[in-house]
Amino acid sequence: MTWFLGHLPQLGSLLLTHAVLAVIPLLVGLAVALPLGWLAQRYRWLRAPLVAGTGLLYTIPSLALFVLMPLVLGTGILDPINVVIALSVYTVALLVRTVADGLAAVPDEVVQAATAMGVGPARRFFTVELPLAVPVIAAGLRVAAVSNVSVVSVAALLGIAQLGSLFTDGFARDFVDPILVGIVACMVLALTLDVVILSLSRVLTPWTRRGRTA
Amino acid sequence: MSLIWAWLADPANWTGSDGILVRTVEHLGYAGLTLLLSALIGIPLGLWIGHTGRGRLVVVNLVNGMRSVPTLGLLFVAVLVLGPRLGGDLAFLAPAIIVLVILAIPPILAGAYAGVDSVDPAARDAARGMGMRPFDVLIRVEVPCALPLIFSGLRSAALQVIATATLAASVSLGGLGRFLIDGQAYRDYGQMAGGALLVAVLAVLVDLVFAAVQRAAVSPGLVPTTSRRSIRKRLVPDPA
Amino acid sequence: MKKKLFTGVAVAAALLLSACASGDPLAASPSATASTSSSSSATAVSITVGSANFPESELLAELYAGALQAKGVTVTKKLNIASRETYVPALTKGEIDLIPEYTGAFAKYLNADADTSNEAAALASLQAALPKTLTALQPAAAQDKDSITVTRATADKYSLKTIEDLVPVAGQLVLGGPPEWKSRSYGVPGLKKDYGLVFKEFKALDVAGPLTVQALKNGQVQAANLFTTDPAIKANDFVSLEDTKSFFGAQNVIPVLTATKATPEVVAALNGVSAKLDTDTLATLVTKVVVDKQDASAVAAEWLTANGLR
Repeated sequence: MTWFLGHLPQLGSLLLTHAVLAVIPLLVGLAVALPLGWLAQRYRWLRAPLVAGTGLLYTIPSLALFVLMPLVLGTGILDPINVVIALSVYTVALLVRTVADGLAAVPDEVVQAATAMGVGPARRFFTVELPLAVPVIAAGLRVAAVSNVSVVSVAALLGIAQLGSLFTDGFARDFVDPILVGIVACMVLALTLDVVILSLSRVLTPWTRRGRTA
Repeated sequence: MSLIWAWLADPANWTGSDGILVRTVEHLGYAGLTLLLSALIGIPLGLWIGHTGRGRLVVVNLVNGMRSVPTLGLLFVAVLVLGPRLGGDLAFLAPAIIVLVILAIPPILAGAYAGVDSVDPAARDAARGMGMRPFDVLIRVEVPCALPLIFSGLRSAALQVIATATLAASVSLGGLGRFLIDGQAYRDYGQMAGGALLVAVLAVLVDLVFAAVQRAAVSPGLVPTTSRRSIRKRLVPDPA
Repeated sequence: MKKKLFTGVAVAAALLLSACASGDPLAASPSATASTSSSSSATAVSITVGSANFPESELLAELYAGALQAKGVTVTKKLNIASRETYVPALTKGEIDLIPEYTGAFAKYLNADADTSNEAAALASLQAALPKTLTALQPAAAQDKDSITVTRATADKYSLKTIEDLVPVAGQLVLGGPPEWKSRSYGVPGLKKDYGLVFKEFKALDVAGPLTVQALKNGQVQAANLFTTDPAIKANDFVSLEDTKSFFGAQNVIPVLTATKATPEVVAALNGVSAKLDTDTLATLVTKVVVDKQDASAVAAEWLTANGLR
């Protein structure tokens, strides 16, 4: 506790970096997964290779992905962009399936009704199918957010400072306090992101609340 | 790519106490032990909650909370706290397995719970109507019906555990993570990428084995449904 | 909704950039931030200080950083960068400009056959092997060597005093050390070449940290690499075996930096630290960080102030 109180400014800046490193990949991953998930849903024969193929990316151990990124991207070893891209890969791996599932769950009648009303495919996607898929996509996003927060900390093994640095620092000195503080901070960050995504999803889908006895 | 190939193709890297074969067996050992322990905890607990409907909120929050624990930090704490209290090889092995179990329980528990929870109430009522006792309803109706989701939970746990068991090497244990940690320590990209590739291949193979077992175990009457309702209700999107 | 997403990305990207620009968050001690802003020097030198992944290296990096800031140099810290195999490429690529090093070990890293048997030879070997883009400044008197360390019980059992005494019994013993020792010329292969030492097995642990100490205490390894400044040696009554062939050689602490950044004020600041740093001082400071759990930045600031270096 005394360690916690004595290191508030340091903790704040580590937390901020950690949050940025976890959130940007979430947005990038979502931006990539949306078209891929749409393709998987639109063209049935693409579904298996797309969903399984991107899912495979999730089995690459994070440490390896972080270290190999500079080789693939030509970036510097200490560049945080390595972490951002690696986590975007994981986010895509998690989200392609959920996006496809979410779009598949849109009732056919609704799609047909929209088509009958003369709504074109592009507009139909953004105004009908995507909004209706939000709850499922948000569920996937929540899992990805929580997973990202945990995986970012592994980057501390490579000297990229964020909350994970508290783990390596504490471990090297046989000192549990900073590690515990880091764990709690990670959990708070993960749960905050979780709540934010859940609330956003609720706001974006006002119809899901109607008619429900809360 | 050629680096990976050069490393994988060298027979010297495959044999011996630090060869690929031994490391793979070690890796499977950690993952197998972890899955066994977490299934022993997660499945009964999930079934019980699904069956009784008790503690649902607790489970959802607990599962979310456990997911958010950063594995690396937990591993370090476990080693520092438990290590000195345990002797010999157990000093590092036990903390690593505990951490992996904590990682594996949420998907398994959620799968078992969601499986039972999604059983058609009509089937349950019918079983009761036939005079089955609650325990029989659970074992003979709910569990068989829940199997697809139980397997889904087990499979996503297996993938996560196999990928994450690599962290065990950061506290001096073996397994395929050795190639990642050692490869990083002396910048041997071939070894590192080769190790990562092996982990991914192992994960896929294990998943295929689970898929085969699942096909054999699940009643053909329960072709996995992707009805709208079941997707909406799914607690865990399967990371596979 | 689309718009929202894009603004979101933009905001997040801006956050990331600012987070990077503000440097290492671990450096958030009041002294570090204050002196950056109070830099008065006209020549705008900025230096990114790195460190290896063990506490002493971080402490040395903090000493350098503090002394540089006192001279008005803008300092960014990127500490705890794994092993030499990772931070040396980062140094040559210019991702970091300065790293605390050890003469003998770094010389042997750059040239496996380097002569590091005494201080002068180690320094000369290092200077000769260093890439042209890097420069090594004045070494400190302080030395911190790798060692082969055993428990008192093991030492008594085999009556071990020197590393040479290990040769006949090594086949029964497990050696522990950092993962990179497995292939480094001053790790397992070098011990075999110079001493004829072949252990039963090598177990990869951490960089002479708690894993190593624990493994040695537990008996998972019977001999291990610890740093000679490590307070755990005394605390656990371990025995560091005498290095009769001077395999680990001379290991003076030395700042290595990008040649183009070696302005007179930078050189003066770093030489100022080296001039006052001897082995006992270093060991005391490390004890404060590792045993008393003080922050490396705070310990560094205190010492720099006491020695008139800031």
